[in-house]
Formats: sequence, structure tokens, C-alpha cells
Amino acid sequence: MTNIISIAIGAILINNFIFSQFLGCCPFLGCSSKVDTATGMGLAVVFVMGLASAICWVVDTYLLIPLGLEFLETLAFILVIAALVQFVEMFLKKSVPSLYSALGIYLPLITTNCAVLGVVLLNVQNHYNFIESVVYGITGGVGFMLAIVLFASVRERIAFADYPECFEGFPICLVSAGLLALAFMGFSGMQIFG
Amino acid sequence: MNIKKQFKEGLITNNPVTVQLIGMCATMAITTTLFNGVGMGLSVLIILTCCNVAVSAIRKIIPNDIRLAIFVVIIAGFVTIVDLLLQAFIPALSESLGVFIPLIVVNCIIIGRAEAFSQKNTVGASFFDGVFQGLGYTCVLIVMCVFREQIGSGRFGGGLIDVSNGFRFTLDGTGAGIQLFNADYGASIMNLPFGGFITLGLLIAVMQHFLKKSAKKKEAEAAAAAEAEKEAD
Repeated sequence: MTNIISIAIGAILINNFIFSQFLGCCPFLGCSSKVDTATGMGLAVVFVMGLASAICWVVDTYLLIPLGLEFLETLAFILVIAALVQFVEMFLKKSVPSLYSALGIYLPLITTNCAVLGVVLLNVQNHYNFIESVVYGITGGVGFMLAIVLFASVRERIAFADYPECFEGFPICLVSAGLLALAFMGFSGMQIFG
Repeated sequence: MNIKKQFKEGLITNNPVTVQLIGMCATMAITTTLFNGVGMGLSVLIILTCCNVAVSAIRKIIPNDIRLAIFVVIIAGFVTIVDLLLQAFIPALSESLGVFIPLIVVNCIIIGRAEAFSQKNTVGASFFDGVFQGLGYTCVLIVMCVFREQIGSGRFGGGLIDVSNGFRFTLDGTGAGIQLFNADYGASIMNLPFGGFITLGLLIAVMQHFLKKSAKKKEAEAAAAAEAEKEAD
């Protein structure tokens, strides 16, 4: 149990996917101009990362390892993720249209979100079991959501700020993301359960 | 296809990182030593070139609806090949880049170029596009590595250059680099994630400044030419 809690807190705060591992920066910078869209993107990522961790763990343990095909992990995982995103999209469209319209265009974008493929590969690298993988996937997504929502609120303020002309657009966002990363560094000294 | 124009586009006016703003995750994550930067840049260059050629070679038989899935499979195949080659021949690089080598699969640069360029152009043009875009990416990585390493630990070329026994390049990542000032005086914050964000932000800002300047200059020239023409009339 302590193990799971430490994985969860580690993924959300200490080793936050964006601010300390740089996974998922493209959607982080691309979809964070408004708090609403950021929340939508964050929810979609939590959902897909949890599901992808579970399914890829099963694929890896019961299909790739017994067949000795570990070298195809990257290829298999990206296919699983792409197919999963398609299925989730179709399923939501049919049965939960309200959620579908909320997540909308963000779902297909998630296929190329490196946080999703990253979490799956890290699960394999860290030799997590099924429960640990799922927890790591979901909490990694929660960490992503926390970061993107915080950052979107910062960006809404930046819109009214006065900065040099050449910093317009991405550079000023990157600088403020850097400052947020600095704040998250405060967690890095945290020790969980000794 | 104009190779010179493609060269300029890849390196400056349409640079993947600083102008197209794609493929930033790895750019910020691994630019801590020159060894990592050069290794990552060359890996992307090779994969990008191979994928561009492959996609453009089969561009006429790819059904439009499932083209993205096909691109992803092609890319994942090449990434796996490079990943395994690195593990076999340059294990130090594979270790220090870690999860970011397999993550080249979802690097937007490669799928972006497949979608925007090589599915519409000939094999030759796509080959040069891959080389030049890859070079543009490598240059950005090198600039960032040099800057971060310099300020962060006062070193140049960590992992890649060894000067303890005469100048030589080390491909196993053991070289200590050239120490320009004592590492204790370095701002080690540049080696942390913060440094990645700030350095890339500053780099893009500088690029934007100069690109805007040259665009303004061109505009002014065009306006002046138009004026001169009017007067001549």
C-alpha cells in the first residue's frame, strides 16, 4: 500500500510528467491558452493514460514476453494506443455524448502525446505490476492535468502582461513554464516513507 | 526542387523547433550535455530521412483514410531499428537518453514532415527535406546544449570531447569535456528542467526577433521599390 501511495505522490508532484520529465510538452504548450480547454485535455489524458497503462501491461506480459518479442514493444504499444484512442472516441460518441463533446478534438491528439507512450514505456522499465502500472498511469495523468490547468491560468494572466515584442507567443509561455517548473522543484526534496 | 531553398528552410526560416514549434519535449529534456544533444540530433536526422524516403516512395498507394496509422507504423519500425543499433554499438548514449529514444515515435517533427512534405513530394526532395530538417533540429539541440552546459557547469562538450590525453572525441560518453571555469561557479539550475524551458524560450525569442527584423527589412525594400516604380511612371 505504501508503495502505491509513493508511486502516486511521486507521479503527481515530485516527478511531475511535465515539469521534471518533459513528457507531453507539445499539448501542454498547445492546448493551454484557456482553462476550459486545458481541463478538457487534462481529463482526456488521465482517461487514456490509465487505460493505456492497463492494456499495454496485459499485452506486454501475456503476449510479447512469452513470445520473446520484447524488441517490438515500442511498435506494439504505439499501435495499442492509436487503436485505443480510436475505440474510446467511438465509444464515447455513441454512449456518453456529453463527455465526447467536452473532450472533442483533444482525443485524437492524444495518440501523439508522448506522455502516454512515455508512461507505458516507463511502466516496463520500472518493472511495475498491474496495479502499480495503472496507478502510475492515472496519477501521471493527474499530474499532467494539474500542470496544464495551473499553466492555463497563468497564461490567461500573461495575455494582459507587457513583455518585449520578440517574446510574443511561445517564448513568454516557455519562460513562465520554466518558473512553474522551478516551483515544482520544491517538491523534489520530499521523502515519502523514508 | 530547389536544394538551396530547402537547406535555408530547414536550418532557419522553417526550423522545426524554433519556427514550427514542434518536437519540444526531447529538445528540453536531453540538452544537458553535448554528447546527448549530438546523439539525439543525429538519431532524429537518420530516422527522419528514412521515414521521409519511405513515405514518399509509397505515397501513391497509401489510402488517404488510414495514412496516419501507416506513417506511425513506418516511424515506429525505423525508431526500433535505431534504438536497437544504439543499444548494441553506443550503449552509453542509449542509457543517457533513456526513454527519449523510443519516444522519437511520437516526436511531432517526423509525423509532421511526413504529413506536410513527403506525402506530396518526390523521393529525392523528401530525402533532402529529411536531411535538412534533421540538421536544423540538430543545430538547435547543439546550441542549447552548449549554452546550458556552459552556464550550468562551466564545461564544453561533456561526454564527447576528451582533452586529458590530447584532443580526441570519445564515442562512449566518458570524455570530461573542456572545463572553461570551475564547475562550482556554474549555475547548476541550468541543468535542471527550469534551464530547459528558459533556454528554449530565449532561443525562440532571439530567432523571432531576427526573423521579424529581416521580414520588416524586406517589406521596406519592397515598399521602396514600389515607390520608385511609381515615380518612374
